[in-house]
Amino acid sequence: MQNTMTVARRQFASYFNGPVAYIVMALVLLALGVFFWQDFFFFRRASVSRMFDLFPIFLLLAAPALTMGLLAEEKRNGTIELLLTMPIKDSEVIVGKFLGVLGVYAVMLVLTLAYPISVSTLGDLDWGQVWAGYFGLFLVGGSMLAIGIMSSSLTDNQLISFFVAAAICFTLYIVNRFLPFMPPALATPIEWISLSYHFESMGRGVIDSRDLIFFFSLIGVVLLIAFRALESRRWK
Amino acid sequence: MSDVMIEARDLTKIYGEYRAIDKVSFEVRKGEVLGFLGPNGAGKTTTMKILTCFIAPTDGTAKVNGCDVFEDSLGVRKAIGYLPESTPLYVEMMVLEYLEWAARMRGLRGEEANKAIKRVVEETALGDVLAKEIRELSKGYRQRVGLAQALVHLPPILILDEPMSGLDPNQAIEIRDLITTIGKERTVILSTHNLAEVQVSCDRVLIIAKGKIVADDTPQALTDRGGKGRVVVSFVKNGKSEAELREILGRVSGTDLVRPIDSLAGEISFEVVPSGTTDLRPSIFRAAVENNVTLIGLRQESQNLENIFRDLTTSADTSKKSGPKSESAKSGSSSESKDA
Repeated sequence: MQNTMTVARRQFASYFNGPVAYIVMALVLLALGVFFWQDFFFFRRASVSRMFDLFPIFLLLAAPALTMGLLAEEKRNGTIELLLTMPIKDSEVIVGKFLGVLGVYAVMLVLTLAYPISVSTLGDLDWGQVWAGYFGLFLVGGSMLAIGIMSSSLTDNQLISFFVAAAICFTLYIVNRFLPFMPPALATPIEWISLSYHFESMGRGVIDSRDLIFFFSLIGVVLLIAFRALESRRWK
Repeated sequence: MSDVMIEARDLTKIYGEYRAIDKVSFEVRKGEVLGFLGPNGAGKTTTMKILTCFIAPTDGTAKVNGCDVFEDSLGVRKAIGYLPESTPLYVEMMVLEYLEWAARMRGLRGEEANKAIKRVVEETALGDVLAKEIRELSKGYRQRVGLAQALVHLPPILILDEPMSGLDPNQAIEIRDLITTIGKERTVILSTHNLAEVQVSCDRVLIIAKGKIVADDTPQALTDRGGKGRVVVSFVKNGKSEAELREILGRVSGTDLVRPIDSLAGEISFEVVPSGTTDLRPSIFRAAVENNVTLIGLRQESQNLENIFRDLTTSADTSKKSGPKSESAKSGSSSESKDA
């Protein structure tokens, strides 16, 4: 556990030593600002649910951008060799990196609190719904970041890592929009694997244990694949 | 506990069709500095990656500090300090930050970590650059950061992959001295293709070519193995002609070839190549006395490690098909000479 935290802390700090975290945050916040306020006054309602619709869409690009270098860059530079010959388990490396980038994402989420706070000055905001939505965002983002780590573990090319992660996240996010075109028998499994399906109810303020189980198992499975991919170097 | 720190048995690593190393076995004892020598692609790095548990061997086993690389990989990694080839570091970190991180990864905390960092900073003379980002450092300083990182937890075993490559001669000497100091109390394996390096800093040399060990000996024994080198003899002319002197040397038993190499005013030198392994110097001296010529120089040159290396690593080169490019040794190692 201590090793995991040592990896996580270094990772978190290294994001802020380089440009990536700043660029990603600035772009996401900028896009959010433009799209959020664009029609906010049109609806005349003190609600940030629009933010919960928009944010996951930005994340489809932001999460892969944050995670693309996590393992790919270390593999390319060879620093992975020093890291993995330290007395640390491969699983601790993966979880540490995940927690590190999750920390960066948490910072980003905290910055968006400006939206509910400013909206609450304009009207009566339902904070319970807001917190549920944030919890949902945290889980959706966490899932996408985990997918990004998995993708980064499979290659030493950051660009490939980015596109693979973005493609997987995108597919999992929009797959339930295609339900009308699919045979009814597939409806349940497709809804079940859809990120947006599980997130939508949380965005409305409903926390359902089935959604939690979905997000936690997705993160677990995806990190396990990343761990296996990292470990496979030993047998190649 | 026995003093065998590293024990490799029949290590084999196969990448697809290519045998990177093939049944490599060796032992390293406590306090030994072992030089791993071989052309590029001979399997030095592969062997080191196996010993540090970065990759697993296809076949065979290794024990490091009594821990098996398969069964107790964490135990192995606790016992080693490792400097991988080309010194990969987190370049966006500051030197001090990086060393703090390395200490934490090695389980050092608080005051203990501070002391350890202070110690390695002194050992590797990094005091001036602690607040610099690693990316700003020269190759020599980066190498020292890499060494500092490998030493921070006082490991009994150090594994250094080409610690001297890419350094200018001054930096190389600094790093070499550092390794020699470190090697006094620790077991060190270092790989290099610089032969001068091996002669200076290693107790034992393992020459590896095409994935196989072709020699395992002390640098001295290896040099001797090549047989006696030439003897350089100088006489005062004293009215004697070159041919006369040459004939005197020719009559000494065991000479293969006598050739004049230098002729100054009143002085002449010959090189004498021995046919066998006997030392020619006593007989040359007696021959000079018997013939009443004045001998002013008599020097036995030993065979050059560079030649031996070339012999050993190219003779193992039987199958040419997947031949990795063999970089000729760069060192201008002059032949070690012993004056009579």
